[in-house]
Amino acid sequence: MPDTPDGAGVLLPKQVAPDSASVPAPDAAILSVRDLTVRFRTEDGVVKAVDGLSFDLARGSTLGIVGESGSGKSVTALSVLGLHNPERTELGGTIRFDGTELIGAPRRTLNRLRGRRISMIFQDALAALSPFYTVGEQIAETYREHMGASRKEAKARAVEMLGRVGIPNPNRRADDYPHHFSGGMRQRAMIAMALVCDPDLLIADEPTTALDVTVQAQILDLIADLQAETGTAIIFITHDLGVIASTVHDVLVMYAGRCVERGTVREVLKDPRHPYTWGLLSSVPELSGSVDLPLRPVRGTPPSLLNPPPGCPFHPRCDYVARVPEHACSLDRPPLELVAGRGSACHLATADKTRIFADEVRPLLG
Amino acid sequence: MDQKTGVQDRPSAEPGTAPLLEVAGLVKHFPVRTGGLGRRQVGKVRAVDGLDLAVGVGESLGLVGESGCGKSTTGRLITRLLEPTDGSIRYQGREIGHATRRELAPIRSEIQMIFQDPYSSLNPRQTVGAIVAAPMEINRIDPPGGRKAKVKELLERVGLNPEHYNRFPHEFSGGQRQRVGIARALALRPKLIVADEPVSALDVSIQAQVVNLLQSLQRELDIAFLFIAHDLAVVRHFSERVAVMYLGKIVEVADRDSVYGNPHHPYTHTLLSAVCEPDPDKARGRRALPIGDPPSPLAPPSGCRFRTRCPKAQPLCAEQEPPLAQLAELADGHRVACHFPGPAEDTLTHR
Repeated sequence: MPDTPDGAGVLLPKQVAPDSASVPAPDAAILSVRDLTVRFRTEDGVVKAVDGLSFDLARGSTLGIVGESGSGKSVTALSVLGLHNPERTELGGTIRFDGTELIGAPRRTLNRLRGRRISMIFQDALAALSPFYTVGEQIAETYREHMGASRKEAKARAVEMLGRVGIPNPNRRADDYPHHFSGGMRQRAMIAMALVCDPDLLIADEPTTALDVTVQAQILDLIADLQAETGTAIIFITHDLGVIASTVHDVLVMYAGRCVERGTVREVLKDPRHPYTWGLLSSVPELSGSVDLPLRPVRGTPPSLLNPPPGCPFHPRCDYVARVPEHACSLDRPPLELVAGRGSACHLATADKTRIFADEVRPLLG
Repeated sequence: MDQKTGVQDRPSAEPGTAPLLEVAGLVKHFPVRTGGLGRRQVGKVRAVDGLDLAVGVGESLGLVGESGCGKSTTGRLITRLLEPTDGSIRYQGREIGHATRRELAPIRSEIQMIFQDPYSSLNPRQTVGAIVAAPMEINRIDPPGGRKAKVKELLERVGLNPEHYNRFPHEFSGGQRQRVGIARALALRPKLIVADEPVSALDVSIQAQVVNLLQSLQRELDIAFLFIAHDLAVVRHFSERVAVMYLGKIVEVADRDSVYGNPHHPYTHTLLSAVCEPDPDKARGRRALPIGDPPSPLAPPSGCRFRTRCPKAQPLCAEQEPPLAQLAELADGHRVACHFPGPAEDTLTHR
């Protein structure tokens, strides 16, 4: 069924993407994304929301995708699930989930996977739940649809899941409507619905951004506990470096639709190698340390994706352009070269990156 | 319930100086009515319920708390966008809690507000120039050199290109729009700005730009700020003193170093322990306190309002409401409303 007529690889020849040469997906990878490009046709032109993104996600692991609005992090998640508007979106590259190609896959294939083996939780739980059905009915429906369970079994499973996500009196609360729940409880209910079929992959798109810090801490603990129990792989999308620090193993930093830095959470936050990551860290006020130092924000604003700057997309905002010879930053797009899953897309020499961070950036962090 | 507990215990900003703004026993209840014809009142939301605070001249006071604790309502009462149900708001010694429009007019120019949402707080049909000039127009103020020159000066002061005077809000990014809102708030040379979550809708890198801008304005123009926010790290960065609010009341107030370095209210401990810092070494090794959701302000708990979520709660907490009082062993001006105040370790070992 030609749902998405423009299938894989139509837009971009594969050799263009910078890290396509990296090792093929290991067998352990539940999700393998290669040279993903997502483009939207708009009135003003074509927006390159994601531009040559590649990553692998091992079973049971947690990957954090960090970036600001418009960096392409949510779009990446939506294309994994095939939730983009096919009339306005052109997808390129490959997304393989446990051996199945998702780009250009027929709707039937996607429907069998979505909610069953891949599920998603969103920022706004009120918008993600239907106001016309009780919370229990919504969770049970997913279970019946995918697992072929009877009404009774599904209802029991919904109550069980509500209990597992920490909703008190799950038997009674299953008959409540979403508006009866507080913000934190709705988020819990949505997590219960996402996990009802024991998916292999959970995509969490800013799941705690709209919540208070106290509730956020509880939800993050809950997600960590459930992952330990079920072994679900998680992609955690957020703009909040603090949330990343306490939840994920690996981090992918996105800027203007590209991955600019990859590594473990410790590598990226303690020894970041990309000037954009430095800028993000310098922008965040801290709870301890000196308060007399002003924050050092990244200057300027993110580029328009209608017309991204040539060369490195970050160069117009970067303070270190002058340290790279021959105007490389404005001419050539820096490749993301990964060594053992670690790397950054920046023209500065690795030794320079380490030295600049240690001598010039870290001393000014709070 | 005695709503006047706080009143005898007068708040003061810094000893010796009269505060610019002094709020005592402030109450705002919103009636809840049935949907039918009678519109019978069936209850009230106690959004602000006996709140005391003071802001000194040129001082920045941070007001933090969870959503629904009444911090935005407090901001709207102080700017008199809302009229209080009870209690007093004194600005430069004058009671403005129930002042009429006419009486408020001269004060309105001195107390300005910056809003959270830079999209809905600017009129999309007006140019940025007209938006920033509006306060001068309404108050019939003609600055030397004319309004247009003044608007350009203001735009430049907040880091916008003064030549963008004729552009419309949709031509600006979120951060730039927030700067327009700040320029508008500065137009009448205010003495107090109430900033209600001014950076929480912005991306991290842009948020830091706007925080730095507000900080430089506060220092250079000697404007007092009531900075309302839920982000404890941003408040710490911006505010000299910090008040922690819970279900309509202040539960702890002190200078910045005391609130963050030596907090004594279990709620402050809970809030601080929940913050995620961008450092894997400081990442919450300890688990969040299992305290559930805040109770409804329609029917707040008896006695201490935090007792239902407090790991240290005792029977006394349900019977008596603790006053917001100076603790002898703490720094001057460090006031805590708790029957069993203590350092953070106490609270964390109690869970």
